[in-house]
Amino acid sequence: MVELSVLQSRFGAGITESVFRDNRRIDVSSGSVFEILSGLKAEFGFSMLIDLTAVDWLEYEGATDRFSVVYLLLNMDTGERLIVRTAVNLPDPCLPSVYSLWRGADWMEREVFDMFGISFTGHPDLRRLLMPEEFDAYPLRKDYPLKGRGERHNFPVITRSGS
Amino acid sequence: MAVGLPENIFITKLDAAANWARSNSMWPMPFATACCGIELMATAASRHDLARFGAEVMRFSPRQCDLLIVAGRVVMKMLPVLQRIWLQMPEPKWCISMGACACSGGVFDTYAVVQGVDRFIPVDMYVPGCPPRPEQLLAAVIEMQAKVRRTGTVMGREFTIRDTPDGPTPFDQDERYRIQDANLIQLGGFSAAATGKGLQGRSNRG
Ligand code: SF4
Repeated sequence: MVELSVLQSRFGAGITESVFRDNRRIDVSSGSVFEILSGLKAEFGFSMLIDLTAVDWLEYEGATDRFSVVYLLLNMDTGERLIVRTAVNLPDPCLPSVYSLWRGADWMEREVFDMFGISFTGHPDLRRLLMPEEFDAYPLRKDYPLKGRGERHNFPVITRSGS
Repeated sequence: MAVGLPENIFITKLDAAANWARSNSMWPMPFATACCGIELMATAASRHDLARFGAEVMRFSPRQCDLLIVAGRVVMKMLPVLQRIWLQMPEPKWCISMGACACSGGVFDTYAVVQGVDRFIPVDMYVPGCPPRPEQLLAAVIEMQAKVRRTGTVMGREFTIRDTPDGPTPFDQDERYRIQDANLIQLGGFSAAATGKGLQGRSNRG
């Protein structure tokens, strides 16, 4: 297992650690996340990106940042798992893309962009993944109403005589 | 005045002859987007055997079909496809909306799911259920045949009089209020709250 002190001496003291139900998480700053992830891949053997997703902390008790972006890493040799979290905020939530480290990040980052509006600089093709291109809200943000803002009704109506 | 007819000749109306042929050879277009599609397959398979009613020829090109069966929920991204398929089907054509989702959105009352296909395309027959049993779909097909025989005309006059949407208006008033309410909920904590503008202001998508 990679000790926190080892990570701190390699990547700086800004890293904090927490454990929830045997899942080990480290929190890093959004400015250093790319450097830390590439270090974890190159030097600590975390060769696989299991998942990349985001959390909206709006109205969550005690939350200090609006979004967390979460990277789930796996060391394929030792089976060790590590969760890396970083925080981003409005009005311009933005992170460096990890597409250059793991190709699998391609659609994951597109999904996070689609659902949360967090953009990833350096992503080769950052388009919406699930919602239609012309949709202009971010539906998994907590301030977006579940039933939408009427987008689902905005289609031409075809009547029987007109078709 | 009695008319003597030679053997093997009978007199009927052209409409009735056309309806007889049309109703007994419906070619369905299976628009199966979700779990209802499995039930649609079961209906066509040997146990329930849709072929008994002349509707077994599922065609995967809309240009060869005259009965659209919408089986499953339709999301925003799929609706333009559905409309295009409907427009590509040649006349005369009918539509069965199968299952709670296709009829009303079902339990999926969310931003992405269209709340009933009848809001945007014409629907002749609704099949309730989640999913409807194959027997129920068979009943709908039989009822559809009866409807064709009852109302059909050679030139399709029964279609041209239907110039208003079959379903509720896409943006009826209660929906409008509901969305207003949702947008009015005050959110505390973070500064820039509502960001998406929504699409209401725009004209119809192409
Ligand atoms: S009505 Fe039920 S079975 Fe049919 S598509 Fe909807 S959820 Fe699935």
